[in-house]
Amino acid sequence: MNVQLTSLQRGETGKVTMIDAGKQATKRLYEIGFNTSASITVIKNDSGPVIVSINGNKVAVGRGLAHKVMLVRE
Amino acid sequence: MGTRRIALVGNPNSGKTTLFNAITGATQRVGNWPGVTVEKKEGSFTYEGNSYDVVDLPGIYSLGAFSEDEVVAMDYILTDDADVIINVIEASNIERNLYLTTQLLEMGKNIVIALNMVDEAQKRQIVFDVDAMSKALGVPVVATVANRNNGTSKVIAAAVAAIDGFTPYANPVTYSESVNHHMAHIAELISNCDLEYSTDWAALKVIEGDAHVTDLIKRTCSDGAVADEITKFLKYHQSDNFELEIVDSRYAYAQRIAKVAITRPQEQVRTITDKIDQIFINKFLGIPIFALIMLGVFQLTFAIGADLLGGWAAALVDWLGSLFESGLEAIHAPIWLTSFVIDGMFGGVGAVIEFVPLITVMYLLLSLLEDSGYMARAAYVWDNLMRRFGMQGKAFISMIIGFGCTVPGIMSTRTMDNKKDRMVTMLIAPFMSCGAKLPIYSVFIAAFFPRHGGLILFSLYAFGIIVALLMAKLFNKTLFKGESSYFIMELPPYRIPSVSSVLRNMWLNVSDFLKRAGTIIFLVITVMWLLAVLPGSADPYSQYSYLGRLGALLVPIFRHAGFGTWQESVALFAGIPAKEAVVGTLGMLYAGQYLEEGAILVTAVQQHFTQLTALAYMVMVLLYTPCIATLSTVGRETKSLRWPIAMAIYTFLIGWLAAVAVFQIGTLLGFV
Repeated sequence: MNVQLTSLQRGETGKVTMIDAGKQATKRLYEIGFNTSASITVIKNDSGPVIVSINGNKVAVGRGLAHKVMLVRE
Repeated sequence: MGTRRIALVGNPNSGKTTLFNAITGATQRVGNWPGVTVEKKEGSFTYEGNSYDVVDLPGIYSLGAFSEDEVVAMDYILTDDADVIINVIEASNIERNLYLTTQLLEMGKNIVIALNMVDEAQKRQIVFDVDAMSKALGVPVVATVANRNNGTSKVIAAAVAAIDGFTPYANPVTYSESVNHHMAHIAELISNCDLEYSTDWAALKVIEGDAHVTDLIKRTCSDGAVADEITKFLKYHQSDNFELEIVDSRYAYAQRIAKVAITRPQEQVRTITDKIDQIFINKFLGIPIFALIMLGVFQLTFAIGADLLGGWAAALVDWLGSLFESGLEAIHAPIWLTSFVIDGMFGGVGAVIEFVPLITVMYLLLSLLEDSGYMARAAYVWDNLMRRFGMQGKAFISMIIGFGCTVPGIMSTRTMDNKKDRMVTMLIAPFMSCGAKLPIYSVFIAAFFPRHGGLILFSLYAFGIIVALLMAKLFNKTLFKGESSYFIMELPPYRIPSVSSVLRNMWLNVSDFLKRAGTIIFLVITVMWLLAVLPGSADPYSQYSYLGRLGALLVPIFRHAGFGTWQESVALFAGIPAKEAVVGTLGMLYAGQYLEEGAILVTAVQQHFTQLTALAYMVMVLLYTPCIATLSTVGRETKSLRWPIAMAIYTFLIGWLAAVAVFQIGTLLGFV
């Protein structure tokens, strides 16, 4: 089942299935590692941008944009 | 055979500039946050008797061109053919870094890979196989730790060898069938266009929807039908997500290479960074910790730069001054020369030089902060608050950079994707108090608030941030409507700042300060001195001098802010070419006016100001028209004359209003 990045709790991991943002933002996300099939682990998700780990590297994504990233839980 | 050219290409914060400095012996600014380099930097080195030019390009995640810094990198890679590219890859982030490599391979570029920061990756228990990686990619790979100068000579050797040993290769990426199909179609369409790069690659970029390359093709093709056909194609396939398919294909390739090249530990190693971040970017503690860090910076700046070392510098300038004075007396120098040297140079320029220890300490502390990795965290913790003012976290990095100097602060906005974000950040940049204003505050603090230096300074900077945010809100409501752009930012690991890079960054700023003292400030003070002692019929330094008469014109403007003498008004005027000249001009005028020796400036300020007017004056200095260097940078970056002029006027008004408010409200409350 697809869920938003913002609904993953700290420590949960998911695979990106779709990004429903503008073209430019989507491309930026792709380039920084949110490509489909990448494994993404949430490190911090309380207020403000969500911080995720992609292969052990941290990326912060603004909350508004994080709502638009869809994943399946792993 | 001309000089061979080597270009450094890589992701932001992958250590390109560190490697550039190591190779060329240059001293370019480095830091631990994405986006330090936004301009192309050039250097050179000699190897086995031949000399080579090296170009350091801004860090990019991909060969697209959304933001200004990317355009700089992209244009260079597209048009200015380097003989070899050193692609710097951060070892612990290999998949994402290889994504850019993949794009260079698509172009068929001659590349050598510097697998950088291997020490950090090893700490995370990542194991490499450099040979296997090189074999899989078909290009040389060298492991480096650029900040310790490990592997740099090997990279140079590999790059030099690659220049002559290059054999063209085929694009290694496998695309989906539909992409292949369309690629062939477009390639055929543009086959007669006489492009500077391969038609296959150009076709790929068209399908990917790369506006920059597509425009280039349309312009290069003399056949107008081609441009129409491309436009039609893009319109027809608007909703097909080719670009995402292509990105996925590239990542698939990058991941295949990564699998061969590295082995990660089963469990992620919990690093120091994780532990520090639990506190530093905590929901409740993030902003208070930021405030504490800044307060610490200002307290230390004063404790060390003024209290501990400041007196020593002042004594040195005084001692030199008296030495010159007796020397000039001994040779019976004309009065005007003594006046110029003693009042103008020692009273004026010397008053600026006295603050070298102060600004040295401040720049040292800011460099430490930049190198530590905290900058990206500051952007993170401020993102929420910034959104309420129509901005995003990234703008905050530009704002902190502005604490050192407004010019690099403005330059750093080049990394922003969104034009509106960029314009607003530039327009509010002058409210971030810069290092050149520090001497001014310092004089007034020494005169009126000697025990609360750090706190006053902190309050001024904080007030600057508040004004900046309010103005941002205003601009967002009026001139630049529309959404603020998304926030995506890498949080690099914390690093123990390297002594050499911190000292280098500090020295870059301090030497710039000294250079300015010797050039523009010298010039401004000289002009001010001439205006102060002419015409010969008037008493020098009096209100009847040219400067005094000019000041008299300005006095009515500032009377409501409480500083009503002509000296204070012309000093503000002198601060427009360069902010240090405010202190320089006051120093020169008071030195000419008062004959006693010693700490003239501070005692004179005490006679001319009160606590309240000193505060109003500092607020004016904080906010009013930025220096010429800032205005011309804004002109260059916006490619217009309108914006710098608008900026000069509106900041002056804001500064004046705030100073008047401080003075009037303070008077009402009974302060003096």
